Amino acid sequence: MSADTYITRPNRALRIYAVIFLIVLYLPVLFLPLFSFNDSIYIKFPLTGFTLQWYADLFAREPVWHALMNSLKVGAVVAVLSTIFGIFAAKAITRYRFPGRGPVVGFVMLPLVVPLIIFGVALLVLFSQMGVKLTLYTVGIGHLIICLPFAIATLIPRFEGFDRSIEEASADLGENAWWTFWRVTLPMIFPGVMASLMLTFTVSFDEFIMAFFLSGTQPTLPMYIWGQLRFPKELPSILALSSIIILASFVIVFLGQWINRGANGRTIRGE
Amino acid sequence: MSEQTAAEADLSKARSERTGRTGRTGRLSRMFYRSEALRGLGLLSPALLFMLAAILVPFGILIVMSFWTASGFDFDTTWSLANYQGFFERPIYMALLKRSLWISGIATVATVVLCYPMAYYVAFHVHRNKMMWIVLITLPFWTSYLLRVFAWKVVLGYEGVINSALMAAGLIDAPLQFLLYSQSAVVITLTHAWAAFAILPIYVSLEKIDRSLLEAATDLGDGPVMRFLRVTLPLSLPGVTSASLLIFIPTTGDYITPALLGGPDAAMIGNLIQKLFGPINNWPMGAAVSIMLMLCIALISGVFILLTIFLRRRIS
Repeated sequence: MSADTYITRPNRALRIYAVIFLIVLYLPVLFLPLFSFNDSIYIKFPLTGFTLQWYADLFAREPVWHALMNSLKVGAVVAVLSTIFGIFAAKAITRYRFPGRGPVVGFVMLPLVVPLIIFGVALLVLFSQMGVKLTLYTVGIGHLIICLPFAIATLIPRFEGFDRSIEEASADLGENAWWTFWRVTLPMIFPGVMASLMLTFTVSFDEFIMAFFLSGTQPTLPMYIWGQLRFPKELPSILALSSIIILASFVIVFLGQWINRGANGRTIRGE
Repeated sequence: MSEQTAAEADLSKARSERTGRTGRTGRLSRMFYRSEALRGLGLLSPALLFMLAAILVPFGILIVMSFWTASGFDFDTTWSLANYQGFFERPIYMALLKRSLWISGIATVATVVLCYPMAYYVAFHVHRNKMMWIVLITLPFWTSYLLRVFAWKVVLGYEGVINSALMAAGLIDAPLQFLLYSQSAVVITLTHAWAAFAILPIYVSLEKIDRSLLEAATDLGDGPVMRFLRVTLPLSLPGVTSASLLIFIPTTGDYITPALLGGPDAAMIGNLIQKLFGPINNWPMGAAVSIMLMLCIALISGVFILLTIFLRRRIS
């Protein structure tokens, strides 16, 4: 440690840069809650006064609740499904050598680098040719594509971080594969599973592009926001709604990262 | 090797005896236990089959549809190259494609350049609380992309944060027009929205660098600048490459940012695709434009990857 201090000597300029960077990263997002408490229909300085009116307005609106329910439903189902698929996939990737492993993993991770609009229109075309009506189910399929890579990436370090001889010992002691998984593997990877559930739920809950093409007549919350952005007099309420969503997302993601903190440290440092 | 397989065979035999599965199912289950490949692929199959069905099949149909033509409210399903001809003959398509590549290219460079020092700081100068920094940097990225773009509309808008603050301070009399509805607004927003995608890969590659190499460079007489240029930067190139691709590829197809902040001068190819599948209602043409976008992205990414491989070979 002391040997590399002259290489990693404190650098004040860099430190200031880092702090400014973080401020710029958060500031635009924090303007939304700031103006959501402002007592004016216009989003501009100077602030005119404190009000909770926009939040009260929000509670009185029926469509918001519908959209919220839609987002919650899709998010919950997508989180559970992508985490289950993710557990299997992460185990396969970390434990077994099989032909074509590299390309297969690359393929499953593809949604991280392909523009989502392409997935959106491709699925839209598929559903319309199959005569499938656009509903929350079609949105869910779209979200599953996006969430699966996140689930796998969250779970892989958990599988890498534990001694597989414990699983073997359990098998040798007479447990079958299912009970070994249930009583040994699952408890060990549990923090990763919780993190994966929370992260994939947030990704699905916040997702807009897929929902835009695939939601039909049942809007999710981001779709509802998009629809309201056209009307200037609706903006303060949208600010209030956005602030609630941002706060909820921050809390869920932070909890997820915190629960899974051991594995995260390992991934970021190692692989 | 053979000893090991023999041991594995014994083990699987013992397992099949224990579970009482003999005969055909026993043989099958023994084969299953013995073959890593089968077990691996078996476990991966739910995810893989879903992805194949949800990615490759729609893609195939998208390609097929791009050779159809729109006729009224229906499709003319006779094969034709008309959409692709139109793409090359009518200037608007190429212009939008070029502009998209240009805008996301600039945004990618800006993001990587601005995020590199940040990643460097966390990798080399943060000793405790590294995780806290990483969580702080990635946290905003998990919130809705739509909301982060909307936030920039609030900041850059005609009566937005910047303009109204400057006017309230008496520095300007009328709002600055160039802030919103311009290509620079799109670039600023994209740079902000994709920062986490640049910082993480660069940070990981910086963290992997063996610190003794830096000491060696110092011992051999390199100052901080030369040490950075000859050791740190080349060794972090893989991170820079993946950061660039992780930002460039998805942003080329973005349509939210240009729609909210872009105005007419900054419409991108994603807006065109969205219009073709929405109000214009020419799906075959939309399919053709999507295919062209994918081809273009694949081509550029391929060239970029080859270039970095070549560059890395030259360095090492």
